[in-house]
Amino acid sequence: MITTKTILQPEVLEAVVVRFVGDSGDGMQLTGTQFTDTSAMFGNDIATFPNYPSEIRAPQGSLYGVSGFQVHIGSVEVSTPGDNVDLLVAMNPAGLKTNLYSVKPGHTIIVDTDSFTKKNLDKAEYKTNPLEDGSLENYRVIQVDMTSLTKEALKDVEGLDNKSITRSKNMFALGMVYWMYNRSLEHTFDFFNKKFKTKPHLIEANTKVLNAGYYFAETLELIPNAYSISPAKMAPGTYRIIMGNAATAWGLLAAAEKSGLELFLGSYPITPATDILHELVKHKHFGVKAFQAEDEIAGVTSAIGASFAGDLAVTTTSGPGLALKGEAIGLAMMVELPLVIINVQRGGPSTGLPTKTEQSDLLQAMYGRNGESPVIVIAASTPANCFNFAFEAARLALEHMTPVILLTDGYIANGSAPWKVRSVSEMPEIKNHKITKAKENWSPYDRDEKTLARVWPVPGTPGLEHRVGGLEKDRITGNISYEPINHEKMTHIRAEKVRLVQNNIPELKTEFADSGDLLVIGWGGTYGSLHSAVKLINDEGYKKIGFAHFNYINPMPKNTEEILSKFKKIIVCELNSGQFVSILKNRFSKFEFSQHNKVQGLPFSNDELIQQFKLLV
Amino acid sequence: METTTTVKKYTFKDFTSDQEVRWCPGCDDYVILRSMQKALPEMGVNKEDVVFISGIGCSSRFPYYMDTYGMHTIHGRAPGIASGIKLANPNLSVWIMTGDGDSMAIGGNHFIHLLRRNIDLNMVIFNNEIYGLTKGQFSPTSLIGQKTKSSPYGNTQPPFSPGELALGANARFFARIGGNNPKDMTQIFIDAHNFKGTSLVEVLQNCVIFNDGCFTDVTDKNVKEDRQIFLEHGKPMIFGKNKDKGLVLNKLKLEVVTIGENGITQEDILVHDAKEEAKTLHHMLVCLEYPLATGIIRSFSDVTLEERENALTAQVKANSKFKKTDDLFFSGETYEVK
Repeated sequence: MITTKTILQPEVLEAVVVRFVGDSGDGMQLTGTQFTDTSAMFGNDIATFPNYPSEIRAPQGSLYGVSGFQVHIGSVEVSTPGDNVDLLVAMNPAGLKTNLYSVKPGHTIIVDTDSFTKKNLDKAEYKTNPLEDGSLENYRVIQVDMTSLTKEALKDVEGLDNKSITRSKNMFALGMVYWMYNRSLEHTFDFFNKKFKTKPHLIEANTKVLNAGYYFAETLELIPNAYSISPAKMAPGTYRIIMGNAATAWGLLAAAEKSGLELFLGSYPITPATDILHELVKHKHFGVKAFQAEDEIAGVTSAIGASFAGDLAVTTTSGPGLALKGEAIGLAMMVELPLVIINVQRGGPSTGLPTKTEQSDLLQAMYGRNGESPVIVIAASTPANCFNFAFEAARLALEHMTPVILLTDGYIANGSAPWKVRSVSEMPEIKNHKITKAKENWSPYDRDEKTLARVWPVPGTPGLEHRVGGLEKDRITGNISYEPINHEKMTHIRAEKVRLVQNNIPELKTEFADSGDLLVIGWGGTYGSLHSAVKLINDEGYKKIGFAHFNYINPMPKNTEEILSKFKKIIVCELNSGQFVSILKNRFSKFEFSQHNKVQGLPFSNDELIQQFKLLV
Repeated sequence: METTTTVKKYTFKDFTSDQEVRWCPGCDDYVILRSMQKALPEMGVNKEDVVFISGIGCSSRFPYYMDTYGMHTIHGRAPGIASGIKLANPNLSVWIMTGDGDSMAIGGNHFIHLLRRNIDLNMVIFNNEIYGLTKGQFSPTSLIGQKTKSSPYGNTQPPFSPGELALGANARFFARIGGNNPKDMTQIFIDAHNFKGTSLVEVLQNCVIFNDGCFTDVTDKNVKEDRQIFLEHGKPMIFGKNKDKGLVLNKLKLEVVTIGENGITQEDILVHDAKEEAKTLHHMLVCLEYPLATGIIRSFSDVTLEERENALTAQVKANSKFKKTDDLFFSGETYEVK
């Protein structure tokens, strides 16, 4: 029934990476989420990443139909979902085949042997059974007849069809993992009670199977001592596990409430941004107006209309959608209306790799419009801080009367992490430029002296009737003007307006070292990977390696040059062929920049980063 | 959100901006502009609540000439912008001023979806069967064989009929009017405003430079009474200088008959029912070439998108435990770190 091979003593770890893999229908996302939530409640720091096929229901047992969920739990700070895994739970041969590469040698694999049939082995393109041919000798393999044991556990439960029985085997696996990591089952029991409120037989079934897995693991003398991971040291407060896209949506809700404006979202479904739409449509109780438009262009134009009418207006998309919205973003820039554009980046170009991550839309965000069309560009860097940067995008758009592009990416948008819940009362104030009365000789292009933001007169206000449009306008009156010098001046004003945002954003910070041999630079969603790699290399004894991560890209923080000047060498790491580094080279030409780039649809791994850094120090 | 303030009294001058009008002399656009400026004081709406949105094209200069709120946007996209404005502030009277190219070529997708949704706003199409601003290319309403700058040997692309396309997209309100008929046009604009839902008005607009005379055979004042039938809800479908021609149904087709001939009396003539939900007869009227149907062809009252949205929002608000975002953020699966 159960055998183990090459038993190694488990390391005592501060952090553990667990990956659950199986067929799309095996419930791996649910299993992973339950393990995550339970561990979070136990007090661990967490980072997760789901990995599922783009096919909705890929053929059973196929290599491309494998769905996975990885979670990194730690008693120390955890900044990424982890590179290599300590425990792989593989519900079928295809899952084993596609994920074996990630298991650290000597570490544990749990497999459901019932699924290792001739048919499934063929589908996974195994010529021989890996459980028998010795190919897994370097791992600790725990073979469990999980499907049979699940059936056995449920033999007395009435009202279950065969499908429901086999589908609950994921809870058997979860029960085993709970025991291995010394976790309580209570949270998952609560979950069953809520989820199956009207189906008591399913509560009973799932509870039985979870217990069966837990006690099975406990009674197996062959499983050595369970790992014990202590709670992490985290700042006191109320936490919850949040996915990046949900955090983005909530940041917008907070910004709407803080600014006293109604929230309008114009959007069109596109992977991996759609979850923001899904989240915001739920919140009609806050008066959110979420409009699913006929296409990307109508998504952004409806938002521009809502902004003209005085709402906090947002459009959400991913790379190809940003391309379609380009002309309209140029209009919003030209008429100087506040607008938040959220681009959850994915692998490109064209349709590219819709479910994979990349940072290759940076130059599109910066320059992807006709004419000279500067907008604010910022980027979130972790699942949890998507909340802060969505809020920040709204704040900057409203305070500076301009479009703001917020870049996130598939990695942080779908990843989850603990979020220390922020009350709206703790968030910074958001001002806006609405006016209710006309001064004598007023113009819609009257500007704030410090920011150059124009006034925001909205329809419905008597005496402020006015017209704006995409044609160039006279810098004083706002009327159409083709006058050459005026056009040049307006071009400069629009650029200056974005540059002045420098005065309204925080300075760039360095971590690990303020000066020294090497400065590692990143931006956006790679924060976790870069932070953990720089930490590891410093832990190895390198002391003069600093890390500066950019969230503000256009404009950059004021002290950027000062920070660059404090290090002997600089390396810019990006998940593209070198887009941010091209901007840095252009702006700060006196510095030399090395670069490390990866365009595989995958995040950085610690090993590859550390190897690069070592070449420079 | 209903405003309770009383509506001010206006004349057309109150809606005239200080901008010099720059259309070609003799263009029907002037007629549309003046008709709108005359219609607005009759609508019972405050001018701060009026918004004109346009895309690109000759027609799209319109907002600059109105002393109301307005935005001159990008090619084909006025429906999206107007929809966002109306959904953000349902108190506003929102007008999309567009042309045949702007609405049915580059903006075709938005056009059909606007009509499908039935948001309470208004669209006026300046149909001149040509691209004017880009100086004379064929448009999606240009006729087969029409010689233009981009079809020197004659246009080979069959045209859309705006009304037919609109009905296909489930337009609830469709009217058609000659660009040389300010009196009826003014009234149609008022009726379009009063109609709850998306109303579409097609103006047969002569382009004096690139397509001069394109509608003369139906709109010229010497022929219009014989070539047009001006439809009014509840009235018999009678036309002609002598008011002796009428429409009857012969099998599945509309047929022109003469009252007093072949035993036809006024009783036999169809009575126009613009408010009917079924589109069959409206469709026949829209497609009729002789006589060309003008006036309000269809005016079917239906639930608007805002009404549905508002009802849902009220229901969700009443049943929700979330009043402030903090209620949401601190709800459900939170845990304490000490």
